[in-house]
Amino acid sequence: MFPAPFEYVAPSTLDQAIRLLQQYGADARLLAGGQSLIPMMRFRLANPKVLIDLNRIPGLDFLEEDRGVLRIGAMVRHRAMERTPLIQQRYPLLADTARVIADPIVRNRGTVGGSIAHADPAGDWGAALLAAKAEVVITGPKGRRMGQRTLPLEDFFTGPFMTALQPGEIVTEIRVPAPGPREAGAYLKIERKVGDFAVVAVGVQIALDADGVCRKAGIGLCAVGPTSLRAREAEEWLIGKRPDESVIARAGELAAEASQPTSDTRGPAEYKRDMVRVLTVRALRKALERIPMA
Amino acid sequence: MPARKGKRATAAPRRTAARKAVEAVQPAARQRIRVTVNGHPYEADVEARTLLVYFLRDTLGLTGTHVGCDTTSCGACTVLLNGEAVKSCTLFAVQADEAEILTVEGLAKDGELHPLQKAFWEDHGLQCGFCTPGMLMTAYAFLMENPHPSEEEIRVAISGNLCRCTGYMNIVKAIQHAAQEMAAR
Repeated sequence: MFPAPFEYVAPSTLDQAIRLLQQYGADARLLAGGQSLIPMMRFRLANPKVLIDLNRIPGLDFLEEDRGVLRIGAMVRHRAMERTPLIQQRYPLLADTARVIADPIVRNRGTVGGSIAHADPAGDWGAALLAAKAEVVITGPKGRRMGQRTLPLEDFFTGPFMTALQPGEIVTEIRVPAPGPREAGAYLKIERKVGDFAVVAVGVQIALDADGVCRKAGIGLCAVGPTSLRAREAEEWLIGKRPDESVIARAGELAAEASQPTSDTRGPAEYKRDMVRVLTVRALRKALERIPMA
Repeated sequence: MPARKGKRATAAPRRTAARKAVEAVQPAARQRIRVTVNGHPYEADVEARTLLVYFLRDTLGLTGTHVGCDTTSCGACTVLLNGEAVKSCTLFAVQADEAEILTVEGLAKDGELHPLQKAFWEDHGLQCGFCTPGMLMTAYAFLMENPHPSEEEIRVAISGNLCRCTGYMNIVKAIQHAAQEMAAR
């Protein structure tokens, strides 16, 4: 299967890329890792006239903690999220997620920014980064605010494969609050086989105070709604409580209520809703096990 | 457009940075690319929509890399791009401009099979052989970074490569065997 003909351009700076986006407008698509876009082009579900390749722009793959924030450059590959010691040691939610995205070869190419901008409701990063309370840094034409703006990820997703990106804008960074003391996360996914999309997946991030009371909670749901979803009621339920088994069980029920699954080849809606409950409970348990309580 | 196989000693001079910058901002339906495949430099005009696997097979005639599913699932088309395993059906040839590529044809040296190839042969790590080039290239990249893998690690490493004969037992065995051979060298 061959994509329809298109024109290719590989700018070497972000400014050039933004100018090209402005020039070609809706005819253009950005190419990051290409592991979703290229298959879509082969199936002719996507037929851009101009393909703007971001892979030749240096400086978009930084991955560092800076003044209480994890800064993930948009072109950071899934593989780097999987292998970087900083992520493995401080961000178990993100390390868990990276390990279950697609397959190891696809993870060599696919990028975090590309995944977020693609906004597939079954994309793993969406749910994980909602749980992590991430923000998206968007760079666009110069003018207002030096061409940059930052949005909570929740406001970035506006529908299936739809985002708040305006013409000429590019996702350049994802920002995740660095974990405080007694804070951890986990990501659990049910998939039919390696490389398939999630049947259901759930990401959680939880922080306790010195007395073991929950002071912060994030829960993101994957593949059970028109976008990646945040289980807000479940999060609020946890805050101020000691997360024992009965509290966790109720959080699972609230997360299931927040899900909006549809029946498809990966399972009936009822089943998926119940799996949201089960995975939320298990992910919370796993995250809590990871919190060292001195 | 036929490919021209360059001579290593007389490779054409690299494009200057300035010229490249001018070229870079102009979208084009065709582009001239230079790649090094299995140590040999090649230069060719390619259509932007040409996927790397078709460039390797149809333009360069390197048919060892197989097209399997064409949907980024099976891994039969796996090659190394600058040392990393990639599915060559999910990358445009123009993206590989100035890259080094290793395909299954580049594994044997001076008529001698690579230890991975020998191990696949000896341990019956293939039945129909269709997935073999991808399995070999994935295993090659994997053993470069993890020379002493556990069986579990091997199974994860090849989880993006499908064998429709389901001959995974012997594929895993062959990779273990090759790892031992390579470590003993």
